[in-house]
Amino acid sequence: MITSDIYKTDITPTWCPGCGNFGIWMALKNALTKLAVPNHNVVIVYGVGCHGNMRDWMHVYGVEGLHGRALPVAQGIKLANSKLTVIAVTGDGDCIGEGGNHFLHAAKRNPNITVLVHDNQVYGLTTGQASPTAQKGLETKSTPGGVMELPLNPLSLALVAGGTFVSRGFAGDIPQLTEILAKAILHKGFSVVDILQPCVTFDKIHDYGWYRKRIYTVEPQKEKHTALEKSMEWGDTIPLGVLYQEQKETSEDREAVARTPLVDFPLGIPKRDDFLNMFQ
Amino acid sequence: MKNFVTWKIGGEAGFGIISAGSMLVKAFSRRGFYTTASNEYPSLIRGGHNVITVGVGTLPFHSLHKTLDILIALNSETVEIHTNELHEGSYVVFDPKDVTPNSSDFPPNTRLIALPMSDIVKNLNATVLMRNTVALGATIALLGADFSILTDVIETQFKKKGKTIIDENIAVAQAGYDGIKKTYGSLNGWYLDAPKQPFGKLVMNGSEAVGVGALDGGMKFAAIYPMTPINSLITLFTDHKKELGITYIQPEDEIAGINMAIGASIAGVRSMVATSGGGFALMVEGLSLSGITEVPLVIDLGMRPGPATGMPTWTEQGELLFVIHSGHGEFARIILSPGDITECYQLSQIAFDLAQTYQVPVFILTDKYLNESIWCADKSVFDAPKMPQDGKRVTEKSISPDFKRYDMSPSDGISERSVPGTEKGLYIANSYEHDEKGFTTEDPLIRKSMTDKRLRKLTAIISHSPTPVIYGDTDSELTFVSFGSTKGPILEAMKILQEKGMRTKLIHFSWVYPLDGEKLKKLLQSEKRLVDVEGNGTGQLAKLIMQVSGVDIQEKLLKYDGRQWYPEEIIENLKF
Ligand SMILES: Cc1ncc(C[n+]2csc(CCOP(=O)(O)OP(=O)(O)O)c2C)c(N)n1
Ligand code: SF4
Ligand SMILES: [Mg+2]
Repeated sequence: MITSDIYKTDITPTWCPGCGNFGIWMALKNALTKLAVPNHNVVIVYGVGCHGNMRDWMHVYGVEGLHGRALPVAQGIKLANSKLTVIAVTGDGDCIGEGGNHFLHAAKRNPNITVLVHDNQVYGLTTGQASPTAQKGLETKSTPGGVMELPLNPLSLALVAGGTFVSRGFAGDIPQLTEILAKAILHKGFSVVDILQPCVTFDKIHDYGWYRKRIYTVEPQKEKHTALEKSMEWGDTIPLGVLYQEQKETSEDREAVARTPLVDFPLGIPKRDDFLNMFQ
Repeated sequence: MKNFVTWKIGGEAGFGIISAGSMLVKAFSRRGFYTTASNEYPSLIRGGHNVITVGVGTLPFHSLHKTLDILIALNSETVEIHTNELHEGSYVVFDPKDVTPNSSDFPPNTRLIALPMSDIVKNLNATVLMRNTVALGATIALLGADFSILTDVIETQFKKKGKTIIDENIAVAQAGYDGIKKTYGSLNGWYLDAPKQPFGKLVMNGSEAVGVGALDGGMKFAAIYPMTPINSLITLFTDHKKELGITYIQPEDEIAGINMAIGASIAGVRSMVATSGGGFALMVEGLSLSGITEVPLVIDLGMRPGPATGMPTWTEQGELLFVIHSGHGEFARIILSPGDITECYQLSQIAFDLAQTYQVPVFILTDKYLNESIWCADKSVFDAPKMPQDGKRVTEKSISPDFKRYDMSPSDGISERSVPGTEKGLYIANSYEHDEKGFTTEDPLIRKSMTDKRLRKLTAIISHSPTPVIYGDTDSELTFVSFGSTKGPILEAMKILQEKGMRTKLIHFSWVYPLDGEKLKKLLQSEKRLVDVEGNGTGQLAKLIMQVSGVDIQEKLLKYDGRQWYPEEIIENLKF
């Protein structure tokens, strides 16, 4: 029997006590345990932020990239070796702010990777400025009078840009989040898991209780437009679960070398003489 | 009889100017001539003034010359703009529909040849777009070559379009050829000598040579956002990715591009990006990531005039110091700057091995002139590519039980590298400072030793770095110093100076960074007169040389008008 402990190192996490990142960390280890993916076949690419600090506590191949750039790195890895399970652990600032363009284009390409958006409405690591998903009115270090614009919605963005697995979980419900993450990893295509994550230090409004009062689970929507409607539901009720899933060609499928991972290809130019003759 | 001819065709964009030039190059190179072609065009798709200049020689040569032997004008502008490049006895072929040139505007004895190209295509029911083919036929006649050398390339050029199109093009070309033969059949004096050795040559532009080098270097993954002057590299990779077994991705921007390439490299695939200065500016943070994570990476940077968008379709060598200093933090890198197509191929291949060996970013620093000009090289240049070297990459079999990805003990700073999927090779490729396993650390001692480890690679690289290549007279009264594509024009200038009885030499840096200061000082100090020739406004190579060796090269020839150097200009600018 493997336990989720095989996916952790013996370094103690430094997140604030009560931080939603603990729940996400647990659920991710649980999901990998459930799927029994060997440690050495997992690569997690982390964004820079409190979420990204998870890198030191996961016993898998890790890449701590640049703030906002986890998705391009993850796509490069997956295209190079399609046998690997590739996961991006990102923040809302990281993935929707600094890396917003990459998020849209990843959804468009549909690489077979999973992205977790640790959605805490703030920039935790830089001590509490507003993130692009911060709700209107939220008072943060960078918005003392409250955020003035409406937030960006990772789920709606993913749907519109072509994401094939669009889901939302809650850091306070580890069993459900485990389920969602396991499904996301199994899904063949770009899987988005937006995770409501209380930042107990910098957001005193959206704590566990605030979310618990509002969340409920929905079934996957058959139509994209109803999924889009659901994704925009936010207020007294907030839907969780897999909102939308469809099968589409992935980035790796589209490459000539889909069946053999690129990394296993022999180096050099096949039929080199013919190739060079083109230049005569 | 002549052994070298310079030919230029000009007209509006969209009128097949570039393709006429490249067909001419192929026609002659297939018969054993040495050829090259360089295009000039504004950043427009239709209209504007486009030209391509072709050099054809019976002996090897290194760059085009500025003076033209034959000018073909598909519009009046071509005649106006390029008259000053003609010399006594040049030919100007024009369409009387476009211009009525006045012989007093030209150098003495210029032969003005009216060729009714519009009427010729009309009579054959062909489109005006085929005037370039008429011009090609005329050119073959003027050079006294056999018409069949043209039919040969027309057949390959239009193979996909079918026999009707091929025949139509041949008929049009034949009409151009006959037009010259009939009217000016007695002209002579410009005919090209037959080459001594009609052996196999390959024709490609600098980008394509970099591409072939990359493929021979084991490159399997390229993420390239389009940008002049490296676009034909994209075409090469996309057109052939299936048969080559490579992946080319068009990323959403250059930031994504370099991060994808880093990802692929971490996963064990040799990867590259290509861009120009503006795109590279966006990649700089990613460069720094490859520095701290010690991920092999190759960056092909085709320089063009900046700042910002600058002059997108022209050339410059303004990025050397930018590339050396780019990226925050201190880390090793290698910069190679090919001087010609052979070096484009060879250095690009070597770049991948260097990146693997030292686990550092390696640059192939080229420019628009090199990338987009068409060159020919003996086929033998491409014979027997080297087997790619994996450096300290470990496999499931070779990995040791106490594997540490960032082992600090090696004296050259190079640790063993595992790739994901290897059972005992787990580590973190960490953009934060890290310990030997990749775990984040802020410990001052580890920070210092890890920095030392990474910087030891620089010392190791320097100790294995080749000395600059030296061309010309050992005992020279004048020594040129250059990097990258200025090599060709300098070598041609040296030929002319030699004819004038001057002994010259060129010290060329195609390995441009890092340099061994002590060795360099010894090499340069013994020279009588050093002249630095660069395609930028500040003498960046001279600054680098001063910094590492203390040798201050006072005499500089700098060109930064967006055009490449011509041999004649180098000589004009020298003080005698
Ligand atoms: C290019 C760049 N800009 C800014 C930063 C500083 N920075 C580090 S983390 C962060 C925001 C983190 O917010 P988020 O992605 O939401 O992660 P969280 O800490 O909330 O998990 C910023 C702005 C950086 N590291 N790199
Ligand atoms: S600042 Fe917020 S997000 Fe960061 S560790 Fe603390 S509670 Fe978690
Ligand atoms: Mg956040």
